[in-house]
Amino acid sequence: MIYLKAFLVGGLICALSQILIDRTRLTPARILSAYVVLGVALTGLGLWEPVVRFAGCGATVPLLGFGYAMAQGVRSAVAESGLLGAFTGGLTAAAGGVAAAVFFSLLAAVFFSAGDRS
Amino acid sequence: MKLNRTEYRSLYQKASPSSPSLRNVPAAFVTGGAICALGQALKTLFLQAGLTEQSAAAAVSCALIFLGVALTAARLFEKLAKWAGAGTLVPITGFANAIAAPAMEFKTEGFVLGTCVKMFSIAGPVLTFGISASVLYGLILWLAGGAA
Amino acid sequence: MRRRGDTVFFDEPVWVESCAAVGGKKEGEGPLGARFDEIGPDNRFGQKTWEKAEKRMAELACTHALSKADVSPAAVTCALGGDLLNQCISSAFAMRGLGVPYLGLYGACSTMAEGLLLGAALISGGFADRTLCLASSHFCSAERQYRYPLEYGGQRPPSAQWTATACGAVLLRREKTKIAVTAATAGRIYDPGVTDSANMGAAMAQSAYETLRIYFRDSGTSPGDYDLILTGDLATVGHGLVRQLFAADGRPLGENYRDCGMLLYGPEQDVHAGASGCGCSAAVLCADVLPALAAGRLKTVLFCGTGALMSPTSANQGESIPGICHLVRLEGGR
Repeated sequence: MIYLKAFLVGGLICALSQILIDRTRLTPARILSAYVVLGVALTGLGLWEPVVRFAGCGATVPLLGFGYAMAQGVRSAVAESGLLGAFTGGLTAAAGGVAAAVFFSLLAAVFFSAGDRS
Repeated sequence: MKLNRTEYRSLYQKASPSSPSLRNVPAAFVTGGAICALGQALKTLFLQAGLTEQSAAAAVSCALIFLGVALTAARLFEKLAKWAGAGTLVPITGFANAIAAPAMEFKTEGFVLGTCVKMFSIAGPVLTFGISASVLYGLILWLAGGAA
Repeated sequence: MRRRGDTVFFDEPVWVESCAAVGGKKEGEGPLGARFDEIGPDNRFGQKTWEKAEKRMAELACTHALSKADVSPAAVTCALGGDLLNQCISSAFAMRGLGVPYLGLYGACSTMAEGLLLGAALISGGFADRTLCLASSHFCSAERQYRYPLEYGGQRPPSAQWTATACGAVLLRREKTKIAVTAATAGRIYDPGVTDSANMGAAMAQSAYETLRIYFRDSGTSPGDYDLILTGDLATVGHGLVRQLFAADGRPLGENYRDCGMLLYGPEQDVHAGASGCGCSAAVLCADVLPALAAGRLKTVLFCGTGALMSPTSANQGESIPGICHLVRLEGGR
């Protein structure tokens, strides 16, 4: 059941984003940035937690989930170590994803090159 | 015919075809949904392997990022994304592609000034805004906590 | 040589001696594919980077044009060339080996028309005996400079144009051949306020309309007097707009009005609104139009190169896109 919910909610987020891309001239970089900030904000307001509980990866795999993870990380880090946590919490929670993206991309650049596209 | 900018804009906007949303939106829905469902399946696997809830979530991110980078390296991501649009862009796979694509593209300008500098040319804003928003949220929590 | 308004009339014409077109894989698969002098089957032309591939393509076009005219580079008084890359490196680097006096041009997709205009003026004014006009673009080198990395997964809106991987080279000379350059109009900049760089056709359409209107006024002719009025590269959006603007003036353009951006690729080639890039109009001219003029299938042609003169910096700063259009009148079957 959770798979179906993940599919539906994740698909819905992507479909809404597609409408945004088609109807406005927002560039992908802007949309992704907005989603991460929105993810932090919605989590801060306590609105994203219920969606995650309902849809699992449908709510965490889209970039909103990146913001969600960072906000959660910051919340527990501030509770644990105060002001310093405000600075360490977000990036610590995102560390796995960022490190993986950087490292795998570097490997890809070493062993592969961009192809032709025509 | 002399047209002012407003008149010209209404003329060319009428002449410019709009994006085929009837095709794009279902494609984005199906692909995005499928990637999320795949993430869910991976998470189940990681949980069964004994990972904690939090570690499993991080592992799902890493695995999907690996998938995104691998598809980019295999020159398949761009072909899929042309069809799927936001369906591959919005999930974390899009973030991976946004870093891998410039990293591969600009290695002709060298590993340091090409690959490493340009790596963040698309995803940089995502990190900057994400980190800044989380710090801001942390400061608010700390101030609220201090006040309480 | 007479000047009336913005138009120069070469009473003693300047003549087209030879021309050559080199293209990439997609261009080879298009409707004009068989008419190119050479097709690079992998778009790389044996080079490691796309910039080098474009430079190689420009070298090949020059070599083909020179050998078709059976002249050595030493017989060329001056080369005029340009491309889309920063500091016009493709053309300049292609000239490294040729050893011909070189003047670099930037007119975006209007470069070939700009080169013909200047090359003809240099000869007509007595400053040169033979000029080589060159314009090139490469999809991959343009994409990585203006848009996104090639493997980045993005969608293009339907008004976007596909940068042609193509290069055209034209040799002009003083002595008579079958094709004459008989008039030229240098365009003014028009900026109708389009900021969307995925809609360059709309940004350039007004320039094409204005230059044509000025030329018809200066020459006392009308659209029906020509076998072919060819803009390049407005693609479907801009082509339709030029038609609308002329129709609103009460003198609609007929079937003789075409656009290079709609001729280079077939409808099944998924290039959205059509082709663009310096190489598009240059290649359509060299592969299709000039041979038709030489054979007498076309008698009078207005070749109108249109350029969108923005840069990634100006686009990021929110500037609208200035358009330009230069017109060259060609007459064939002499």
